[in-house]
Amino acid sequence: MDHGEDLEPPYLYPEYRSTVLRAPSRRLVQLDPEWFHRLPGPAFGRVPVDPGDADLTRRHRGEPLGERIIISGRVLDEDGRPVRHTLVEVWQANAAGRYLDPSDEHPAPLDPNFTGAGRCLTDGDGRYRFVTVKPGAYPWKNHENAWRPAHVHFSLFGPELGSRLVTQMYFPGDPLHRADPILSSIPDPRGRRRLIADFDFDLTVPEWALGYRWDIVLRGRAATPRET
Amino acid sequence: MTRRRPTPSQTVGPFFGMALPFAGGPDAVPSQARGAIRIEGRVLDGAGTPVPDALLEAWSGDQFARSRTDPEGAFHFALRKPDGSRGSAPHFELTVFARGLLRHLATRVYFPDEAEANAADAALRRVPAARRHTLVARRDGAVLVFDVRLQGEDETVFFAI
Repeated sequence: MDHGEDLEPPYLYPEYRSTVLRAPSRRLVQLDPEWFHRLPGPAFGRVPVDPGDADLTRRHRGEPLGERIIISGRVLDEDGRPVRHTLVEVWQANAAGRYLDPSDEHPAPLDPNFTGAGRCLTDGDGRYRFVTVKPGAYPWKNHENAWRPAHVHFSLFGPELGSRLVTQMYFPGDPLHRADPILSSIPDPRGRRRLIADFDFDLTVPEWALGYRWDIVLRGRAATPRET
Repeated sequence: MTRRRPTPSQTVGPFFGMALPFAGGPDAVPSQARGAIRIEGRVLDGAGTPVPDALLEAWSGDQFARSRTDPEGAFHFALRKPDGSRGSAPHFELTVFARGLLRHLATRVYFPDEAEANAADAALRRVPAARRHTLVARRDGAVLVFDVRLQGEDETVFFAI
């Protein structure tokens, strides 16, 4: 089955140094889709989701510093059908480019009003919506003068084992995209483009927050073709 | 109907600690519950070095558990042993996410006390015989041990996603 391999990054991409000792070197074993990809995916109901979790700016007593933004879009399957009531988890650096994670050693300030983690379930139309602040770019030690472009991490489940996706959303017009080995690991420019959100005036709330639209397509198709 | 191409994958990165782990995540069933099985293991890279920033998810049917590795690369789960069926030995699906994995990895955990069912398992039979042992946990007292070797000698078998 053609899953659009050229839009996916390879496991081994030496420009991203951490792949060198972590990418599998043996051939992956193919299983029949009905044994594997079409298995019902994990019941993620154990992951607690509170409606307030979708607003990353209201998790503390004060508001975080930074440019307030809205990120929203639809989660679809390969036939364009909405993936309803599925878990979406996001995490990101703060506006200064620092993660709360204790392993982040970048000497930029933490924000006491920002954790940088959110969750929601898609609605009946497959739509998600997060309110947050725009994350900052940050240096990493992959190569000399290496900087990650601003990005938000996304984790999605979908209905099947094969639809599980962890990826990153980038912001339009960022000059760091071309020099980033993680984004550049995707061989086809159309694939890279798929990870860049669109600025959207319709999502933008006047006097309050800029809007970015980003739709996500999970692997998998409806079992029964729709007759229209 | 136009077929849409799936959104590409990117690495989970090293900084998911405040987002993805959740309280009780490794225990799909209470670890003291009757029938609960404790599975322990380590994630190792191609140099045999522990991977301290991996996230693993185990699931089977309605059971779902999530565990991140500790500084020694160790993870653990508490799960109920799933039932097998004709041509399918009892097993868990296991997915591995980590910095340096641009796409996640998928493998399976089979049980050491199911030699007959494992020999008849359709998925295991797709795996070269010399590598099948990497998918079968080993018993160590009351615990099942399953190490994930990302690369190199005795590399764990991973399935194409």
